[in-house]
Amino acid sequence: MKKALSLMLALVMVLALVACGGGNSSTDNGSSTPAPAETSTPAPAEAPAGVQVFKLGGTGPLTGGAAIYGQACANAAQIAVDEINAAGGNVQFELNYQDDAHDAEKAVNAYNTLKDWGMQVSLGSVTSTPCVATSAETFSDRIFALTPSASSTAVIADKDNQFQMCFTDPNQGSASAQYIADKNLATKVAVIWKNDDVYSKGVYDTFMAAAPGLGLEVVSDTTFQDGNDTNFSVQIADAQSNGAELVFLPMYYTPASLIFAQAKAAGYAPIWFGVDGMDGILTLEGFDTSLAEGVMLLTPFNADSDDARTQAFVKKYQEKFGDVPNQFAADAYDCVYAYAQALEASGATADMSAEQICDLMIQQFTTMTFDGLTGDGMTWDASGEVTKSPKGMIIENGAYVGLD
Amino acid sequence: MSFLDSLISGISLGSVYAIIALGYTMVYGIAKMLNFAHGDVIMVGAYICFFAATRFNLPPLVGILVAVLLCTVLGITIEKLAYAPLRSAPSLAVLITAIGVSYFLQNAALLLWSPNPKVFPNFFLTHAADGTEQTGLELGSLRVSYVTLVTIVVCVVIMAVLTFFINNGKLGKAMRAVSEDKDAARLMGINVNTTISVTFAIGSGLAAIAGVLYMSAYPTLVPTTGSMPGIKAFTAAVFGGIGSIPGAFLGGLLLGVIEIFAKAYISTQLSDAVVFAVLIIVLLVKPTGLLGKQIREKV
Repeated sequence: MKKALSLMLALVMVLALVACGGGNSSTDNGSSTPAPAETSTPAPAEAPAGVQVFKLGGTGPLTGGAAIYGQACANAAQIAVDEINAAGGNVQFELNYQDDAHDAEKAVNAYNTLKDWGMQVSLGSVTSTPCVATSAETFSDRIFALTPSASSTAVIADKDNQFQMCFTDPNQGSASAQYIADKNLATKVAVIWKNDDVYSKGVYDTFMAAAPGLGLEVVSDTTFQDGNDTNFSVQIADAQSNGAELVFLPMYYTPASLIFAQAKAAGYAPIWFGVDGMDGILTLEGFDTSLAEGVMLLTPFNADSDDARTQAFVKKYQEKFGDVPNQFAADAYDCVYAYAQALEASGATADMSAEQICDLMIQQFTTMTFDGLTGDGMTWDASGEVTKSPKGMIIENGAYVGLD
Repeated sequence: MSFLDSLISGISLGSVYAIIALGYTMVYGIAKMLNFAHGDVIMVGAYICFFAATRFNLPPLVGILVAVLLCTVLGITIEKLAYAPLRSAPSLAVLITAIGVSYFLQNAALLLWSPNPKVFPNFFLTHAADGTEQTGLELGSLRVSYVTLVTIVVCVVIMAVLTFFINNGKLGKAMRAVSEDKDAARLMGINVNTTISVTFAIGSGLAAIAGVLYMSAYPTLVPTTGSMPGIKAFTAAVFGGIGSIPGAFLGGLLLGVIEIFAKAYISTQLSDAVVFAVLIIVLLVKPTGLLGKQIREKV
């Protein structure tokens, strides 16, 4: 009797949760759309002669706190693979995305699963910490990896076969300082950064190194960390009382949304300047977009751009997953197309070993030029770092508008 | 940032810790177990209220009531399924189970509600004559948000009601008896299981209220929302003397104020280190926490 009662209670609870989640389905990905988790595209049946089907693998946080990034990459890579396979070119892919829950140890396990599956080229990992771990593995196993979004320099440092589609963190810091100085946005600058996060610290360090030489005076320098990321009154007051005209926010958008709201309540309205982690703030459900009015950010991808390819991609992504793709998605999409271009040009065949393909890819990526959603004329140097120009964006009337 | 500004800021943060700590301390005081899933029940409560308000367009008060109701049911369910079978197991087993429940709730929320953050609507605002929304009182250059005022009032009310409830009435007496000695209480004819279930029901109902108030103050809602404040509130409860209801309130407020002062006057980088250093000092001097009961071990 007791057992029956508790089971019933459990059932009621589950139903209630599902009912709450149900209303969610129209606007959100994740709850009702087919999850991208750990699925693989079956190879096109009986590939015609000449068609090479490569095994492409990657790991990313498909669950857990960072799942928004992993799912974006897995979804977008899937779209790219479907497009390429449907077009019926010589290079086709079989995609396999494994969950790493933004955890280094799980990422290595997921990587081993991919290796057993026979992965020939890799998309590395989506986030930096797991990618530092998997890049060490792909380096020693001689599997070429191109990560969409793991921006830490540690991912590519001293590894000849690890490449990035996104900017490195340091690049973003110095580019932001340069941009602020070039456009004469401000001379007195405050920085609020997250000191337990390699991404935030990486951007912060180079911003601080570049700022003095460009005539920017950093008048306020404050931090926060996990578990301490809800109340920003002290940081905001410090920037305000020191007369900062611009506040640089090298962080993801979740804490930034709280900073905007609290600054407004405190009556402080500086120029806000973010980096690519700010991308996504407008898709925050329930967020009062007027709070982000006038926020500037440097990001390589703009979902509202007039570019025909971008629009087609955004449309497809929305149809399939019900969300506006963010920059992570665009980077992953570009990765797959960059691979398609490089594999095609190198004449690699699907029966080659991962190591043979790796050598061809290193040669291709260091010499080729790639046009993608996140920039035209991208090139890579031997370190694996990408060169592409960030675009300045400003949020106006609840939408991103290009600044230049 | 002036001293008074910092103080208000600290109290506003501390009041949130306090209201979460009340639930922790109440469950610990009676069931003698650390319910690490408390923070995640808070998260579930916040989500339920969010959906009630935004999807079903229920008025805020109804939304809060629905959240309290469902969280109470959730609390009883967790207790029946996960903790009750371990009633005679070592306390370490229950502790680990609680951590397991915490992760279960987080991941269930991820699956159901996706990891995308949601911004919680602010229920506590007034409209000025010109139609602009006001979220707080302005006293000269000082600013106190309504949420802070409401949170403190709710904290005090909950504290008073809980204290009254536990000190008076049959169920309260049964709770105190269970907390002192489960076996003796059972021999006296008290239904220990029911008593502990009621404790969890109340604790989870409080969690829902805490979740709504926490989210109103700091409105970004994600499935991991409950975990860090849960740990901070647990710290606050230990600081104030775990098991003591006024202690949780005092501990929560002090923790918030110390945290903000450490940020404002020492360093934003060191604030947590300072908070926990103070905790260590307090526990060295007074091992049972600020208002904790002295327990004499009988030989």
